[in-house]
Amino acid sequence: MNAFIAIVHRDLLLVMRRKSEVLTALFFFVIVTSLFPLGIGADAALLRKIAPGVIWVAALLSTLLGLQRMFAADYADGTLEQLVLSPNAFTALVFGKIVAHWLVCGLPLVLLAPVIGIQFDLDAQSLKVLMAALLLGTPVLSLLGSVGAALTLGVRGGSVLMSLLILPLYIPVLIFGAGAVYASSVGLDITGHFSLLGALLILALAFVPWVSASAVKIAIE
Amino acid sequence: MWNSSAEFFAMGGYALYVWCSFGACALVFLLEPLTVRARQRAIIRRLQREVLAEQFDQKGGK
Amino acid sequence: MSNVNNLSSGQVTNWFKFSSPSAFYPLAGKMIPWFWTLTIIFGAAGLWVSFFVAPVDAVQGQGYRIIFVHVPVSWMSMFIYVVMAAWAGLGLIFNTRLSAMMAQALAPIGAWMAFLSLWTGAFWGKPMWGAWWVWDARLTSELILLFLYLGFIALQASIDNVRRADKAGAILALVGVVNVPIIYFSVKWWNTLHQGASVSLTKAPAMAQTMLWGMLLMALCLWMYSIAVGLMRVRAIILEREAHTDWVRQLNEVKQ
Repeated sequence: MNAFIAIVHRDLLLVMRRKSEVLTALFFFVIVTSLFPLGIGADAALLRKIAPGVIWVAALLSTLLGLQRMFAADYADGTLEQLVLSPNAFTALVFGKIVAHWLVCGLPLVLLAPVIGIQFDLDAQSLKVLMAALLLGTPVLSLLGSVGAALTLGVRGGSVLMSLLILPLYIPVLIFGAGAVYASSVGLDITGHFSLLGALLILALAFVPWVSASAVKIAIE
Repeated sequence: MWNSSAEFFAMGGYALYVWCSFGACALVFLLEPLTVRARQRAIIRRLQREVLAEQFDQKGGK
Repeated sequence: MSNVNNLSSGQVTNWFKFSSPSAFYPLAGKMIPWFWTLTIIFGAAGLWVSFFVAPVDAVQGQGYRIIFVHVPVSWMSMFIYVVMAAWAGLGLIFNTRLSAMMAQALAPIGAWMAFLSLWTGAFWGKPMWGAWWVWDARLTSELILLFLYLGFIALQASIDNVRRADKAGAILALVGVVNVPIIYFSVKWWNTLHQGASVSLTKAPAMAQTMLWGMLLMALCLWMYSIAVGLMRVRAIILEREAHTDWVRQLNEVKQ
């Protein structure tokens, strides 16, 4: 438990020293969502309709941007090897890194999303649903993303490859997350979407840290 | 079932769709094995060259 | 190593010896012609049923005959993915190189099947439903399956260390195979949520017995084809990866 907290603390500390990396990913989120009205037109009804999808896709892409950092720096300077060799359960350490990533990339998205939602003229209820859905969904994005980051460690062109590998896996989260917001905006029931998002989160929490840890070990060998 | 070969090729008006579908499949299932065979031949040729080169070296470059 | 099936001395063939590339290479070579023969037999039978036995459809006319390739390639694309993931998983658990090579050999075949499923689906959808592409649940899932195949192939291609590529690909394939049902279910839900008219390419015309036979025979043909090409490709991969070994240098085709 101590090791887990230590890793989270360490990763957060490292991020604080180089805040620009994280802030650029968040700016990316804001800029990308602004591009859609510019490309499609400012008709409020249309924007309200596309808002869930646009915000969710932008969230996916922003998460991908932040995933580079999860293992790459530690891999490059040998710290990751030391972590693997340490007596602590490596799965717990990987989970710590994932939590740190979510705190830095996912949670800010949850907080920023209502602001973007207002730009797209979403009503208050939909904004709340959006936040809740992102709150359940972004941890899954960080978890699944860690698998891609681990598999492509140190590979040439790894970041683009990682995106290609992970985006298909993100699709269920996208469907249920955006679906929840859309359902709320037209007055349909959202409990189904949220149960499924919750189920995805629990599944991911149960299996992914272990899978990512194995993938990192394979990359290190 | 078919009154003439012309009727067969016309496929009741759907000729383009049916033949493009079957045609694409036929193309893939023909080209893929050929590609694999070419790959096999390439590696064999490479190995033959390496064996020859080793023999050449062993004989002292004669 | 003796090719033992020595019944007189009470010994039985140890099948596990075929997990060594050097033993499997000649075995595969002998099996390939058999699978090609089966491919041609099933293919001829399937095509004959597809074009000369199955009756014309009341609603879709002659155009429905596309299902005799569309459905088999779809089935195969999904089946091959599972088999590929199984081989990759075996390679990961037992640390056998040949299992990983088998997965690598199957991936392109499956990817082509997925592509053909999309292609034939488009050529079926255009005359029937007026659009080259519909975001129907199965077509969309096939598209995602194609992405999963391409990701697997790309990952293996970009990692230089061969054993690391094997294991990383295995993890990706296993994660993929777990996700495929989840993705299919979520796409199905999304499809029912957003679709206005309920057109679906999965609603094939009411199945006459002959139609089912036609699809089955074509599916068997493609299955034999996949095994044949898979064995061919794995032999090439074996030679490429084991190029430095003695047994490869001693092969007849290399020595001459």
